[in-house]
Amino acid sequence: MRLLDFFRSQPKPSADAAKERLQILLAHDRAGSTRPDYLPMLQRDLLKVIAKYVQIDEEKVSVQLDAKGSMSMLEVNIELPGPPPSAAPRRAIR
Amino acid sequence: MSKVVVMTSGKGGVGKTTSSAAFAAGLALRGHKTVVIDFDVGLRNLDLIMGCERRVVYDFVNVINGEAKLNQALIKDKRIDNLSILPTSQTRDKDALTKEGVERVIEELRKDFDYIICDSPAGIEKGALMALYFADEAIIVTNPEVSSVRDSDRILGVLASKSRRAERGEAPVKEHLLLTRYDPARVERGDMLKLEDVLEILSIELIGVIPESQAVLRASNLGQPVILDAESQAGQAYADAVGRFLGEEIEHRFLNTERKGLFQRLFRRTA
Repeated sequence: MRLLDFFRSQPKPSADAAKERLQILLAHDRAGSTRPDYLPMLQRDLLKVIAKYVQIDEEKVSVQLDAKGSMSMLEVNIELPGPPPSAAPRRAIR
Repeated sequence: MSKVVVMTSGKGGVGKTTSSAAFAAGLALRGHKTVVIDFDVGLRNLDLIMGCERRVVYDFVNVINGEAKLNQALIKDKRIDNLSILPTSQTRDKDALTKEGVERVIEELRKDFDYIICDSPAGIEKGALMALYFADEAIIVTNPEVSSVRDSDRILGVLASKSRRAERGEAPVKEHLLLTRYDPARVERGDMLKLEDVLEILSIELIGVIPESQAVLRASNLGQPVILDAESQAGQAYADAVGRFLGEEIEHRFLNTERKGLFQRLFRRTA
């Protein structure tokens, strides 16, 4: 059998596949782990404050930290329900 | 100044305990006072690998709970001067380890030993966190295999965020890669990750490559650290790694298959 293998063409080495898969996986893992621990707490506190003034859907709030070069940007996205608020609640927010 | 060294990996079964036993024995053979602690509470095995399982009376957890003095729990190795073993409990659970308790024991050991080797359990839960928390240096035991490399990457992240050095903002824990169960023949056939690939992915400094070797199982059968088998490739590779750990420049060995003649190559047998 060994002698036959010797003349057969070699398939793509499985070690190459292992390396590729690892590189993709770890890039993903590492991106997740750089998310600071305080983000979920910040999100909770922001929600509490905003909920004092407007009704919002908890699902429609996203808090993200993006790092670009030497600076980081905190992005808070809050989707308000319904049409633009009328004059009264608007004053309340301000 | 004594050093606390954690032997860790994330994944189980990659050779942490074998490596802890070999490293501790190697450091002691070089004349350094060394103690090796088993942090795998509930699944103690270090004593078996070190061949002192019948001499365990008190353990690490007894000392933490104040049920025994440290000296009563420490087991002096009969083969090697300067080497002691602190076994763990077989019956309790991992919550038996408290940060304060572990700290007290490590501080007491620092007075008498140059090196304190912490043999971590697998996983990233309490036992593993306790084993790495006080570390000055870490040896990451990795197999050339996807799940092991991934878990090693994960544990590197934990070291960088959850160790005491990280919490206090001190100099980071010094990381070393120990690649074990390396099989150059399979690497040459393209069936195993190359050393260079693992280094590229984890990008930490290499302290040693331990070739797959039958000597490791033989050593564990006998309860002898494999480094004492100086004839074996694994034993020699561990001795080299210990030398590098102590700052010596030693060329890596056993990275390639030995050249075989045409006859042997045609009739080679798989390992």
